Amino acid sequence: MAKVLMKGNEAMALAAIKAGCEAFYGYPITPQNELPEYMSKHMHENDRVFVQSESEVAAINMVYGAAAAGARVLTSSSSPGIALKQEGISYIAGSELPAVIINVMRGGPGLGGIQPSQGDYKQITRGGGNGDYYLYSLAPESLQEAVDLIKESFDIADYFRNPVMIAVDGLIGQMMEPVDFDHDVPKWTLEPKTWAADGNRSNGREKNIVNSLYLDPLVLEQHNLKLKAKYDEMKRDHQRYEMINMDKAEVVICAFGSTSRIARTSVEILKENGIECGIIRPITIFPFPTKAFEEIPQKVQDILVVEMNTGQMVDDVRLADQFRHNVHFYGRVGGVVPEAEEIVEQVMNIVGGAK
Amino acid sequence: MPTSKIVYQKSAGLTDVPLTYCPGCTHGIIHKLVAQSLEELGLLERSIGISSVGCSALNYDFFSCDMVQVAHGRAPAVATGIKRVRDNAILFTYQGDGDLASIGIAEAIHAAHRSENITIIFVNNAIYGMTGGQMAPTTLIGQKTTTSPDGRDAKETGLPLKISEMMATIPGATYVERVSVHNPQHVNKAKKALKKAFDIQDKKQGFSLIEFVSTCPVNWGMTPKDAVDWAVEHMIPYYPLGVYKDRTKEEQAND
Repeated sequence: MAKVLMKGNEAMALAAIKAGCEAFYGYPITPQNELPEYMSKHMHENDRVFVQSESEVAAINMVYGAAAAGARVLTSSSSPGIALKQEGISYIAGSELPAVIINVMRGGPGLGGIQPSQGDYKQITRGGGNGDYYLYSLAPESLQEAVDLIKESFDIADYFRNPVMIAVDGLIGQMMEPVDFDHDVPKWTLEPKTWAADGNRSNGREKNIVNSLYLDPLVLEQHNLKLKAKYDEMKRDHQRYEMINMDKAEVVICAFGSTSRIARTSVEILKENGIECGIIRPITIFPFPTKAFEEIPQKVQDILVVEMNTGQMVDDVRLADQFRHNVHFYGRVGGVVPEAEEIVEQVMNIVGGAK
Repeated sequence: MPTSKIVYQKSAGLTDVPLTYCPGCTHGIIHKLVAQSLEELGLLERSIGISSVGCSALNYDFFSCDMVQVAHGRAPAVATGIKRVRDNAILFTYQGDGDLASIGIAEAIHAAHRSENITIIFVNNAIYGMTGGQMAPTTLIGQKTTTSPDGRDAKETGLPLKISEMMATIPGATYVERVSVHNPQHVNKAKKALKKAFDIQDKKQGFSLIEFVSTCPVNWGMTPKDAVDWAVEHMIPYYPLGVYKDRTKEEQAND
């Protein structure tokens, strides 16, 4: 298939359909509405399930149900809607069920606005709901990458039996880009879902129970430790990141998603001004790519974290970097997207002006 | 010739796990009726029960079919999510009045509104049992609970919510009946209602809800006998028994 020009939200929806998503449950919220709208037509056309629920709370619990029954299931929302889904996401993680959740972030807190933001970084990377759990969280910077990661994310969710969040922002949801849907993505080795409560015991299997309730503290402790082992495996073996222009770098920008795209332009402008700047681009924001910071060349003294929030990832950068470098922060908020020149100016200030 | 025959045994729909309910509470009877109904209709292998939050939270251990334990009030949404991807399964939620009439009222109403092909078993004992006897939307006027210590006052807290009457007004609801299990005659009636609801679901005719007037001797501060008497004297007059909606009859009449 040749590349097709598609809007971000629609491209992400189609990617999920191509990944074998059997059901979509969602509730409208800007700026992700084209995603459920696309699903409402094309899921039915493909003889799959689409339900517009009465609320985000109901949508995520429908996801919980379908996942419990062994189906590949997706929901999408935007920041305030994701906040409402957190209860259900905690149950999905607690019951060790696979599901994919797309978050097209907008500004906050509260009702905030509808323009692009990365203000959910902590909501996404800290679990978000009650209890000890994490989401495997992927932050693509382009539609092509979003499509590829969504195709793979259903396998990742099944492999870990854990929710996967695709974290993008309104910019990626609303932009149009050419996308090739036929990229090969890694296929994970998956076990059959023998645990599913699907009401099909005609083969004589024992009843299945999907549950996150453990009243005995020692039993719950074992369950929590089992979940921890899963998150430890993610941290150990499944960090994803990209290192850009790192060989000659004298300063490093760390940015994810839309912001890293803008940082790429800044790096080109800086190069014209005689400043070599590298980029660490986290692709997983949980697990945070700590390994990338071990690869920073010796001569680098400064890291500039650029985000569309007031500095949420900067804490993770400091922890990952273990205070080896000076960590600076630049952010725009409220739905304002930083321009490449603004980042250039920040880097110029750090290195002491143009050379 | 055998000299003896089995005249009664535990339903195959129940496991051997001891029930956790208080003495005199009617959850045990209602569990038995649900299990027997599914067993007698031959639906056990296909059934998926949804355990909600409240006294019945642990019933995933009691029913011998697939079970999913869910968050407070969200059972109808979870059942919807399952049913839409596994439409051959028989889905039932088992919810108390705090779960369904309070925190989960939206999920219950909208499942009925979409006429989801599921069955809600709604156990109304006019109080929050599991959390220690707080006021529910269904608590009767004047009834003392830990959060209405002077008796429920309508001026402050409104009038008790009549779920079956309300659900019957929803166009999508197919079958709504309120039953009680205070004597053998009503136990039999209740089972008939359950079997009808499951049969409607099996025939893909849409949403059904069976409300049980139940008891909570411990939180009502009564003996089991007094609790049953109180339910008959005070609850049933406010929550009258009977069929509130039967769209299968309406459809027959229109044929």
